[in-house]
Amino acid sequence: MTLATSPAAVEKFLSAYENADQAKSPGWLSDTRQQAWSIFSELGIPVKRRGNELWKYTNLTPVAESDFEYDLSGSVSIDQVRSTSPWDDTWNIAVVVDGRFNADLSNLTEDDGVSVGSLSDAFSSGSGEIESQFASLAGREEYAFTALNTAFASDGAYVAVAPGVKLGNPVQVIFVTSDSAKSRASYPRLLVDVGSDSSITLIETYVNLSLSRQLSVPVTEIFAASDATIRHYRIQMENENSFHLATTRVAQMEDSQFTSTSFAVGSSIARNDIHTSLDAPGASCTLHGLYMTSGQQQQDQEISTTHVKPGCTSDQFYKGILSGNSRAAFSGKVVVKRDAQKSDATQKDLNLLLSRGARIDAKPSLEIYADDVVAAHGATAGHVDSDTLFYLQSRGIDEEAAKAILIRGFAEEMIDEFEPESLNAFVEQVASERIPVLLAESDTIGTT
Amino acid sequence: MLEIQNLHASVLDIENSEILKGVDLKVNKGEVHAIMGPNGSGKSTLANVLMGRPDYEVTDGDILVDGESIAELRPDQRAHLGLFLAFQYPAEIPGVRPWQFLKAAHDAKAEARGEEKMSVRNFTKLFDEKVEAVGINPDLVKRSLNEGFSGGEKKRNEMLQLEVLQPSMAILDETDSGLDVDALRIVAEGVNSMRSPERSFIVVTHYQRLLNYITPDIVHILVDGKIAQTGGPELALVVEKDGYREYLPAAGATG
Repeated sequence: MTLATSPAAVEKFLSAYENADQAKSPGWLSDTRQQAWSIFSELGIPVKRRGNELWKYTNLTPVAESDFEYDLSGSVSIDQVRSTSPWDDTWNIAVVVDGRFNADLSNLTEDDGVSVGSLSDAFSSGSGEIESQFASLAGREEYAFTALNTAFASDGAYVAVAPGVKLGNPVQVIFVTSDSAKSRASYPRLLVDVGSDSSITLIETYVNLSLSRQLSVPVTEIFAASDATIRHYRIQMENENSFHLATTRVAQMEDSQFTSTSFAVGSSIARNDIHTSLDAPGASCTLHGLYMTSGQQQQDQEISTTHVKPGCTSDQFYKGILSGNSRAAFSGKVVVKRDAQKSDATQKDLNLLLSRGARIDAKPSLEIYADDVVAAHGATAGHVDSDTLFYLQSRGIDEEAAKAILIRGFAEEMIDEFEPESLNAFVEQVASERIPVLLAESDTIGTT
Repeated sequence: MLEIQNLHASVLDIENSEILKGVDLKVNKGEVHAIMGPNGSGKSTLANVLMGRPDYEVTDGDILVDGESIAELRPDQRAHLGLFLAFQYPAEIPGVRPWQFLKAAHDAKAEARGEEKMSVRNFTKLFDEKVEAVGINPDLVKRSLNEGFSGGEKKRNEMLQLEVLQPSMAILDETDSGLDVDALRIVAEGVNSMRSPERSFIVVTHYQRLLNYITPDIVHILVDGKIAQTGGPELALVVEKDGYREYLPAAGATG
């Protein structure tokens, strides 16, 4: 009886936590980590879904039932990184292996006004506002996976842009899971501090060199000072046996802009939980993304924005292409607080279902406490249209090729958002390799 | 040459839905045929059945191109043999640009015929020439295919496809009475400029208006799924004047 209500799977992480390296952590960090562990040990893995809005669509039982080692001995070659991730020699690139920053694999340019490097170094040297920023957006809240990540936080990547700096070259952080036959857990961590009136293009990439089941629990915290402009991209393509349970938290000050596009094709169970808090007047955020699923994959987008102050804009727009017996969920939430007059909020989730076995749960929701607000939301799920298919066929394009063109067309507007040339080419390539996989598992199109 | 023999067709999987009830028609190379008829006579169905639309089923008779039956072929295979259907309401295809779409179509046809695919450079040259010839706003072809195009722009785009793909048998489905004069003119210009001894056209239309701009060699009146009368261009004028009443059973009974 007590078993049903006790937190799930906590003991599986306990010995790893007890053995985790605390030596280099400054005192404040050790305290934060201990607090986080106690939060996680009370919550456990959220396997209970009934009555639990946050986890209603995400079945985490497979995660709770698996065992993961905590092992930082894996090694990765530069060729492995370059062949699996977007890469451009002009980019400022930090590579993080199994949660540890790796200077040898990184491509750190000497661009002025930006520091890109190890989170561990930033902890020990007390860089910038790190003590007050770290785990202030994610980690102390009542949320199992941010707590779990924070409990293990000893390294990761740190990106800081000085005030008034407009960066030309993108900064990329690549989180690589090393090749191993063992199932392991890793806790990628990223802290981004963008000064006032600065701009940055930031690419976050998650790749997996292992084919076995890995658990990745990333946490990213982003601070946008007033008038900061952040163009953010997120690429998630871990292997299809793995679990990816990610949290991104963004705090935005006056007139800051945060624009994000994600491309998620990986993992057995993946969850992309992003929250932006529009904390000062005039802030705007754009949260867009494309997910493609096949086989037994599950991809969940948990997208939320809080309008705290007046005159802010939020735009959530996701597109999904689902095949096989895969599932996806879009849970979009916008909260407009009472003070946040003149808010403008839109939410949209459009899905293309290629098979009878695929399923999308879309739940856009608006919670509005102010009275002067413009808000709209919508979600659709449809199949490839047979009239459109006939149109293409009548021009000499066979059914398979026609379907591929239509799927690619559906994805186009999201792929177009990946602006840096090398990044666009990478996404284009991955998408064009994925489409035939999705098509091979499709069954609802071409029938009338 | 296209030969339609005793063609019967029904809506797929629906019983007693026969629309074409024995159509016989022969279109020689270089000829322009107009098919006219009252609403519900099966004109649009005939155009779609010729192209192999999967919503219809041929239950009897045959369609021959140069003596070979195409009734069992897929739409893309018919296109490779030189058939083309200009749609009344072409589909809007988000995220697919006209260039990209037509290159895929052009390549598929070349491949099926064992010809060499045109290089990107040469195809772009051809495409740009045709865009200019058809008079499409070049900005438009950078956008998604037909998405947000006006009626006239969609027609121009169909004519662009006709020009680029150079079919030997073009079928134009212009059944709708609601087409504006501008759209009719665009279609007519497309047909007239493409008319050649090597290419035939079937123009399906309800009103004679379109035939003010295109002079057909032969006019057929389709009534209740069969050709009721065949004649020269003057037949269209008779229909324009008297309507289809004389072809309908029990004239007056339907009001």
